[in-house]
Amino acid sequence: MTLELFFQYLFAGITYGSLYAIVAIGFNIIYNTTGIINFAQGEFVMLGGMISISLLQFMPLGAAIAVAVLITMLIGAAIEMLFIRWLVHPSVLRLVIITIGISILLRESALHIWGESIRSLPYFYGNEITTFSLGSVNISPQVIWVILACAVMMVGLNIFFRSTPIGREMRACAANRTAALLCGVNTRNMVTLSFMLSAGIGALAGCVMSPITYTQYDSGASLAIKGFTVAILGGLGNSMAAVAAGLLLGIIEAFSVTVVPLAFQDAVTITILLIILFVRPHGIFGSSEAARLKDF
Amino acid sequence: MKTRKLLSLTALALLTAGLHLFTVLSGTQFYLTQLTMAAYYGLVVIGLGVMMGYAGQISIGHAGFFAIGGYLSAALTTNDLTPFLAPGLIRWLDRVGLLVHGQDIFGDPLMTVSPWAACLSAVTVTALIALLIGGPVLKLRGHYLAMATLGFGIIVYRIFLASPFFGEADGISEVPGFQLLPATGLLGPVIISGDAAHRVLNYYLAWGVLLLGMALLLNLIDSRAGRALRSLHSSEEAAEAFGIDTARCKVQVFVLSAIYAALAGSLLTHFNGGIGPGEASVMKSVRYVALVAVGGMTSLWGTLVMGVGLTFLSLRGVFGSYDDVVFGVILIAVMLFAPEGVLRGLFGRALQRFLPGRQT
Repeated sequence: MTLELFFQYLFAGITYGSLYAIVAIGFNIIYNTTGIINFAQGEFVMLGGMISISLLQFMPLGAAIAVAVLITMLIGAAIEMLFIRWLVHPSVLRLVIITIGISILLRESALHIWGESIRSLPYFYGNEITTFSLGSVNISPQVIWVILACAVMMVGLNIFFRSTPIGREMRACAANRTAALLCGVNTRNMVTLSFMLSAGIGALAGCVMSPITYTQYDSGASLAIKGFTVAILGGLGNSMAAVAAGLLLGIIEAFSVTVVPLAFQDAVTITILLIILFVRPHGIFGSSEAARLKDF
Repeated sequence: MKTRKLLSLTALALLTAGLHLFTVLSGTQFYLTQLTMAAYYGLVVIGLGVMMGYAGQISIGHAGFFAIGGYLSAALTTNDLTPFLAPGLIRWLDRVGLLVHGQDIFGDPLMTVSPWAACLSAVTVTALIALLIGGPVLKLRGHYLAMATLGFGIIVYRIFLASPFFGEADGISEVPGFQLLPATGLLGPVIISGDAAHRVLNYYLAWGVLLLGMALLLNLIDSRAGRALRSLHSSEEAAEAFGIDTARCKVQVFVLSAIYAALAGSLLTHFNGGIGPGEASVMKSVRYVALVAVGGMTSLWGTLVMGVGLTFLSLRGVFGSYDDVVFGVILIAVMLFAPEGVLRGLFGRALQRFLPGRQT
């Protein structure tokens, strides 16, 4: 492998890895406040892309993305209020099945609204063949957009969780729900908020990735399982580790093309998931003792 | 207890004959084709029902087992195996009578395995795979178990979709019929195939297999092993304390339900004359889970009735392009409003009294 090729693969890996990291953070936000793995997380990414593509006919790109993110956030809130909020002590099995059902509903609604065609947003800057050179490597400007968006989201979330009152309340809810309730935190609203937040960042990821990966009604499922792989790899609930794990998985996936055919790429990722689940279910960066105390 | 079980199984047999009679009287014999297919899918669903309802272990990868069974049967009986087997092995297999020599549509020689051997090896391979992954997978719980089985299903789907040997996106077609018994005396051959001539025979074969599968599962549930399984559902720790080897128990029921799925896949593939990667898709696995859920997790009869009934409606195309939506809605609605299942939810305990099964 030449050095140029190596860097091309590396950048492809980082691009996809950023996307996986964002999906994983979406998983983590909901998991932290509710203990639910939201199997519909990938569908939020798909919805963000699809809605922004449709809105593009009526408004400029920036506004379309902003409105798409808002709409997806409202959908996320509506889902939580309709299907999760009023359940009394639901079992994990029940919640898993409900969120799977929600993901089917979202995907099939998308199929009936947008059809089977593959769509995409235009490149934010330039077009498909615009590249700029970094040393000997050619990079599409969209890659920079993706990495930038991922970084901004990370910093934004960090500030939100550490410095704003609502962010602190959400963290309190994550640490101990009963204690948070006793301190006057409206934990139910925090759960709704966590669904909105993870729908929002999922949608934004769907928008920035759309020019590169394209958007189709069923693109959510494979994203969800990769995002979950990353979330587990970093240790469930740990968003900072998820970024590192996301980049790691993206790079492994990009380089796997050199060893196994492209058609088996998903199988590679999922095999990694299974191995992690079998060997280190608490993640690379997590501690096994903390994991034992958690209720899966 | 025993008489009740016998009674309900007799009722199923009568229902089978009754449905046939109904189609004859109403001139709708073409329903038999979908009823046959629904019975095979019903076999997958009751197998999964024991695992989900009684042992309390979710699997969102059962379409994977179904597809392994179906695809192996199809590939072994349809593809030319000459390049894959060593000449010595071919001679040996020939002597045992496991090989079938024929011609493909271009007149080239075609060497395949006989359906019996193919079906048995497909089911055995599936059981071995289930055994192999069952150990580590079933150590997981809750979300992790769901994701691991889902992941397994996707891997199987991807492999079939990407392998030229399994026909890639086209799947395998032109699968020959499965001759169970050769023609004897006045009776014609007993053969599983989609030919209109064998329609009634196949209908009874499929429902017979379903009846047999059901009887076995009912016996299992009432046995010592079945009680051990049921104790897993409520509390694994308590089961351990009673001296039940929970890990082993879970793997056993996992393998059993995989065998049910593989057998159904193999037989249905011979009946349909082909199989495609869609059979391994995640949506199929989710559908099986939905059918178990709507039947009431802990009621095998409910699972059977709902599984066969809804699958029949879906195969008839009643739900149109909203097929997947219907199953998604069912899944959510059942889990939100009646996690005990629709039959029990609507008709309460009154119905349960007449149905054998869980008596806790």
